[in-house]
Amino acid sequence: MFERLFKGTGSLTKLIFRQQRFKILVWLAGLVTVTLACASSYPNVYQDVPSKMAFAMTMDNPAMVAMLGPGYETEDYLASFGTLFAHECLLFTTIVAGIMSILQVVNVTRNDEENERIELIRALPVGRLAYLSGGMVVMFTTNVLLALLTGISLALLGIDGIDTEGAFLYGAILGATGLIFGIITALLAQLAETSRKTAILSFSVLIAAYLIRGIGDVSNETFSFFSPLGWAARAQVFVDNYWWPILLAAALSMIIAFATFYLNSIRDMGAGFLPERKGKKQASPILQTIFGLVFRLQRTSILAWTIGIFALSASFGAVLGDLETYFADIEFMQAFISNEAGESITDQFVTLLIAIMSLIALIPSVSVVLKLKGEENKNLTENIYSRAVSRTRLLANYYLLAVIVNFIMQLMIVLGLWSVGQLVMEEAIAFGSTFTSAFAYLPAMWAVIGLAGLFVGTLPRASGLVWLYVIYCFIVIYLSEVLDFPQWMNNLSVFEHVPEYPIEELNFAAMAVLTFIATVMAICGMIAYNHRDITG
Amino acid sequence: MAIVKTRHLTKRFGKFVALNGVNIEVNKGEIYGFIGPNGAGKSTTLRILLGMLKATTGEARIFGKDAWKDAVDIHKRVAYVPGDVNLWPNLTGGEVIDVLLRMRGEVNKNRRNELIEKFRFDPAKKCRTYSKGNRQKVALIAAFASNADLYILDEPTSGLDPLMERIFEECVIQAKNEGKSILLSSHILSEVEKLCDTIGIIREGKMIETGRLSDMRHLTRTNFIIRTKKPVPSLKDVKGIHNVRETGPELAFQADPDQIDEIIRYISQFGVVKLESTPLTLEDLFMRHYQEINHSGQMEDS
Ligand SMILES: Nc1ncnc2c1ncn2[C@@H]1O[C@H](COP(=O)(O)OP(=O)(O)OP(=O)(O)O)[C@@H](O)[C@H]1O
Ligand SMILES: [Mg+2]
Repeated sequence: MFERLFKGTGSLTKLIFRQQRFKILVWLAGLVTVTLACASSYPNVYQDVPSKMAFAMTMDNPAMVAMLGPGYETEDYLASFGTLFAHECLLFTTIVAGIMSILQVVNVTRNDEENERIELIRALPVGRLAYLSGGMVVMFTTNVLLALLTGISLALLGIDGIDTEGAFLYGAILGATGLIFGIITALLAQLAETSRKTAILSFSVLIAAYLIRGIGDVSNETFSFFSPLGWAARAQVFVDNYWWPILLAAALSMIIAFATFYLNSIRDMGAGFLPERKGKKQASPILQTIFGLVFRLQRTSILAWTIGIFALSASFGAVLGDLETYFADIEFMQAFISNEAGESITDQFVTLLIAIMSLIALIPSVSVVLKLKGEENKNLTENIYSRAVSRTRLLANYYLLAVIVNFIMQLMIVLGLWSVGQLVMEEAIAFGSTFTSAFAYLPAMWAVIGLAGLFVGTLPRASGLVWLYVIYCFIVIYLSEVLDFPQWMNNLSVFEHVPEYPIEELNFAAMAVLTFIATVMAICGMIAYNHRDITG
Repeated sequence: MAIVKTRHLTKRFGKFVALNGVNIEVNKGEIYGFIGPNGAGKSTTLRILLGMLKATTGEARIFGKDAWKDAVDIHKRVAYVPGDVNLWPNLTGGEVIDVLLRMRGEVNKNRRNELIEKFRFDPAKKCRTYSKGNRQKVALIAAFASNADLYILDEPTSGLDPLMERIFEECVIQAKNEGKSILLSSHILSEVEKLCDTIGIIREGKMIETGRLSDMRHLTRTNFIIRTKKPVPSLKDVKGIHNVRETGPELAFQADPDQIDEIIRYISQFGVVKLESTPLTLEDLFMRHYQEINHSGQMEDS
């Protein structure tokens, strides 16, 4: 029985590991490096008691709790740098660990199945569950490595307040969260019929976990226990060092793993449990246009992003009311946070939220452009270019879709924040200023879209590097103060040049320059694209 | 006027030379068979003709226009079936056929539906679920439903069953009768032999032979199978005889055309009981080429 199902797991594990090792290395190195960089910066940034007090107060407001989870008591912040670090970095790092696992598992399950690699292997004398087991072993090992490497290196830093147990618990939380989302993805890979659908479902679960935790943390803690991300924040790492979240995660993973293996053993290869609908026999007139085709190929993910961005913005909007009350109570907070007179703190938070949301909203637009390269990798553009369609025309349609998606996403941010904020706030944020604030980001976002186009045209194989730039922009917004970047490094991020309306005046010159840069990059990308080989 | 013409086409991928001076010429109303083993450079040549790859040096023209610069213009009159058909997994077969047809221009609904019937194709399924043969059908239907002047077909029958192969051949012959030109790549020799007027043989990026099929046969050897009363001594050493094989009591060999007279004279001394001669198939011709090249290659090496 065991033999029949699992034979060959060992060698398949090695095979899968060999295929994934580079990605694993990059992810682990990236996660550990950023964690170390963050952790070691706190002693420099928060040198005295007042600065820690200010941190404690900022973190205690509902918007921050919704975003980062519940924090610690003020005395804990004063006693240890670990708490500052954990509160600000832990939740986001667990999300990144979750993303890592989701991508990895989608790759070694549905993706390999779709590309008929599993078919090849099933024909060999290996057990029916061997490939899945191999994938799971690799995923498990990756997360254990993440936990250990993070734990060891944090402990070795020797920062005041980051003790050995806390360091290992911190690492274990990352690993455990990665494990849970990896296992959930494996389960969803049995239900969905394609790798795309698996990825969409898995990321939906991740986003839902984040939102449920956010709502729970702000309103009713019971909710938070339904989300693995809610457990992470409750380990009280570096203070009480509770290990129950790890045990809970391990237990849940076991249960889901059983279900996954069972479903895998009873389903046909290439099939899923969520049935596919019967399709149309003819193409609609819209699909018969180039734009219609380009849109149709990405319709599902655009729709998912639209809903996701709206939901995320709406949930931030929901805490604006609490935020208002909170600041009304503590008048003196103004002194810490507001650097310019006359600005309401709510405005400042809304501005920060819009900055972060805009960065997230950039992802779908950039994906739209990179999709063209993805299509080429799958030898699908060949179908188009062997017909009477020019490269300029196709790429222009991708640009157009990216810009439209970009517009829709910003609109979702505004609608989400404003509509819900309006319901819960006494002095509601104005639609006009929220709109202006979000749409001031358009030129900067166009620049990144242009950069994506430039990559697709000039360095198609390296076009994924655009994501590094997006991550860099994120780091600049989110961590530049903590990491104490020099100004020129901040300036490398286009987002740094966006006026933070309404706190700052609209700077039309900067926006014009960004638009110009975007156009130049897009056109250069177009020219290069017209002159290079199309590989498929 | 030549519909397709390439001159000294060379293509490098980095240091690797995929094509080295390829010359092809396809005339109006002609079926050109482009044959060569795996990795010979057939698909690369076709992709250059389609303006997807840029030739490193040399020239490729279709309808007298430059294949790279005037690609869009040319493609209005070209239909293409790729060697490895990849389709958008989330679209149905019917949708893909319409999309592909529309990209060239008007869609002829009747012709489309007629071909769907003919190929016994179910257009309502998502492309993800199609087998290799069914994906091939999508490309073939989209190609033959369009009113093109040139058909570029890269190993068009791979994955088709014999019945579908017949239907494919009918489509090709119908196109030819309508005065269309067809450039067809393959390593299935019987297919090329059946359909083509002219063939070009490519190996490792170099054309090793081109010409009309009839002329090429005439130039090559003949297969003989004989049985004699007395054993034939030292047949191998007779001038113009190659590839001697003994199959039971019979002897099989190939003979150079100009030596046939001598050879017959020689073997008739041993009392011929049976004599069978067949023209060389393309397959033999193909093997001969590689043997010769390998042979001379080895000699150069040593
Ligand atoms: N983009 C590329 N980069 C590098 N090498 C390539 C590329 N495309 C093709 N080649 C190489 O060029 C050679 C010719 O390939 P091509 O696809 O033209 O062969 P083919 O004759 O169509 O073979 P098959 O019968 O297998 O389809 C092969 O050795 C292949 O590996
Ligand atoms: Mg080929």
